[in-house]
Amino acid sequence: MAVGAEAIFGQSLITTKLDSAISWARESSMWPYVFGTACCAIEFMSVASSKYDISRFGAEVVRFSPRQADLLIIAGTVSYKQAPILKKIYDQMSEPKWVISAGACACSGGFYDNYTTLQGIDSIIPVDVYVAGCPPRPEAFLDALLEVQKIQATQSLLDDRAKRVFKGVLDV
Amino acid sequence: MSKSFKEQFKTAYTVDAYGAFVLDKALIFKALQTLLEEDKYTFLVDITAIDYLHVNNQPERFAVVYLLRDQNFQNLITIKTYIDSSLATLSVTPLFKSANWAEREIWDQYGIHFKNHPNLKRILNHKEFVGHPLRKDYPITQGQLCHQSDTLMDEMTPRLKAKGYTSHEDLMFLNLGPAHPASHGTIRTFVALDGENITSAVSEIGYLHRGFEKSCENHTYNQIIPYTDRLNYCSAILNNIAYAHAVEGILGVDLPERAKFIRVIIGELSRIIDHLVCLAAILVDMGALTNYWYLYNPREKVYDLLSKLTGARLTNSYMRIGGMSYDLYDGFEHDLKVCLKEIKEGVSDTLKLIEHNRIFHDRTQNVGIISKEDAINRGLSGPNLRACGVPYDLRVTAPYYHYETFDFDIALGSVGDVYDRMMVRFEEIKQSTRIINQAMQRLPQGPICVQDHAISLPPKKEVYGNIEGLMNQFKLVYEGVKVPTSEYYRAIEGANGELGFFIVSDGSGTPYKVKVRPPCFYAMAAYPRIIEGSMIADAVLTLGSLNIIAGELDR
Repeated sequence: MAVGAEAIFGQSLITTKLDSAISWARESSMWPYVFGTACCAIEFMSVASSKYDISRFGAEVVRFSPRQADLLIIAGTVSYKQAPILKKIYDQMSEPKWVISAGACACSGGFYDNYTTLQGIDSIIPVDVYVAGCPPRPEAFLDALLEVQKIQATQSLLDDRAKRVFKGVLDV
Repeated sequence: MSKSFKEQFKTAYTVDAYGAFVLDKALIFKALQTLLEEDKYTFLVDITAIDYLHVNNQPERFAVVYLLRDQNFQNLITIKTYIDSSLATLSVTPLFKSANWAEREIWDQYGIHFKNHPNLKRILNHKEFVGHPLRKDYPITQGQLCHQSDTLMDEMTPRLKAKGYTSHEDLMFLNLGPAHPASHGTIRTFVALDGENITSAVSEIGYLHRGFEKSCENHTYNQIIPYTDRLNYCSAILNNIAYAHAVEGILGVDLPERAKFIRVIIGELSRIIDHLVCLAAILVDMGALTNYWYLYNPREKVYDLLSKLTGARLTNSYMRIGGMSYDLYDGFEHDLKVCLKEIKEGVSDTLKLIEHNRIFHDRTQNVGIISKEDAINRGLSGPNLRACGVPYDLRVTAPYYHYETFDFDIALGSVGDVYDRMMVRFEEIKQSTRIINQAMQRLPQGPICVQDHAISLPPKKEVYGNIEGLMNQFKLVYEGVKVPTSEYYRAIEGANGELGFFIVSDGSGTPYKVKVRPPCFYAMAAYPRIIEGSMIADAVLTLGSLNIIAGELDR
């Protein structure tokens, strides 16, 4: 027996714009790659666990392969030593892709204002949503996810995200 | 005690103001050999260097400090040697395998050369880095961009040669990490595979090096507490306690009784959640996902309790020098009971699933073995060392906060494999629960901070009410706690083992130098040797069972 939408709509036809149908599909089935390095990654584990439950947003398919992911979540400190690896993973992800910079360290280096910590990942790769907190609470991660969904909903698939003109310090 | 050392080097050493034995650098190797072989100082706790650039009346700019414990882990001896302008000394790696990475770190951070070291190269900073960041004349904010990762072939080739591989043709080289779901953080292990067997392995760390020790030289003593949270973010409070404990040792203050008991209760709770994460994660690595929910969800309950108590979930910054920031809240006892009950249920549900499970046994028993002697020589501590059957627990061998009066058992293993390391952690969760219950019953009333307002903040009533209180508040916030001149090491039993802080103070409100003794650093150094000869899937479990926390490892 059919349940959910199938039960309501049955054999009927639904008409919509292809653009909004694809945006809807994108926002409801994000596959995140969690580039977790430190404390924020532990909080992300909480987001994935039952209390906060990221699967409510259709984003529970956490993939650690850049080829299979469309959302990059940078959770934790990125050092200068780690920066080329982050860039490589971002470059390997296929378009369309979105980036969440989670936590003070990823956004700005946090309180590690020193010789080893990258002062914000947006000098390496473009960022769509920034999350405050050190580390952010799980709710903040979910809020960022909703923000990305908003971007996806409003962005037409005719916009070519691949053509953005970002140039980071590691791009030569 | 150090009898042979004292007899043989009677004319050679002097004892400095802080109790360290100062020797000429030419005698260091011999002295450490005597201590190891005759006086049975078998455990090299840590090696670090001090840059005396801004300190007057020191014979040389650099000194190297060795900390050793005897075979009963009770006595600690500090050996110090000054390094002349050649900036070189003899490596002690033939005596202690744990010295290998420790000396590399000193070379990396201070530029002191160790002769006869098997592979003296950078460890925390990347290979393109220029200069030595912990030197006092290196500017703290001078970052350097890095473009290329190390191939690690300079380490791999001699390793393979030693194992009889002259050509690389039959081998497959594979990087596990530094961004890999099974590497539990940003750790890179480079392996040479023959089929699925690891013929040789090399680990590279430093991908999460956040300059903790340099940042400490830039902040007041209390400002450092949030940094210590982020060393081991799975048990932040234990790191808080370890640091505050070390500073209080220099100050020579004794905490009020209530503060000691609160530290025991919250510290043990912290140990429990650390073990829960470790076990949950390793069971996921094994494919046993259900246990992740069983173990992880009670941890969320503990986080709710900690949020109420400290205002933060993960990074609590609960401790202060000389006490803690808040007293327990009303209803704490009830919340704690609920947490402990859920933890007990979670652990017993998990054990029901795995205890008699054939797959679990096959995957963990006799996998990733490290022998007792090797573990000590490599500087392992905590559950990883106890899994080998060595009863070393600082709560028992060198008790603090009345641990000697609590009734609990040391959990011991016998084989030193993945199974033992996991089971020791399961048992320690139970033992910590016992300690918490006893401490709650004995919890006295009274202040939670020392009453000396040169150390801890005065009550707000006094700050707003009289000039003395106002001055105390200003002085403490602006200048920090004034800590007398000293060079001092003190450790507690962290969740992963001996977690110590070596602090050099110059009398001001900011430490001159802070060196952490992270238990993970030595466990990680041993890791490539443990996994050589085993299968690649076993390497994943071995890493999980050692519970490497990158924040603490790389600092």
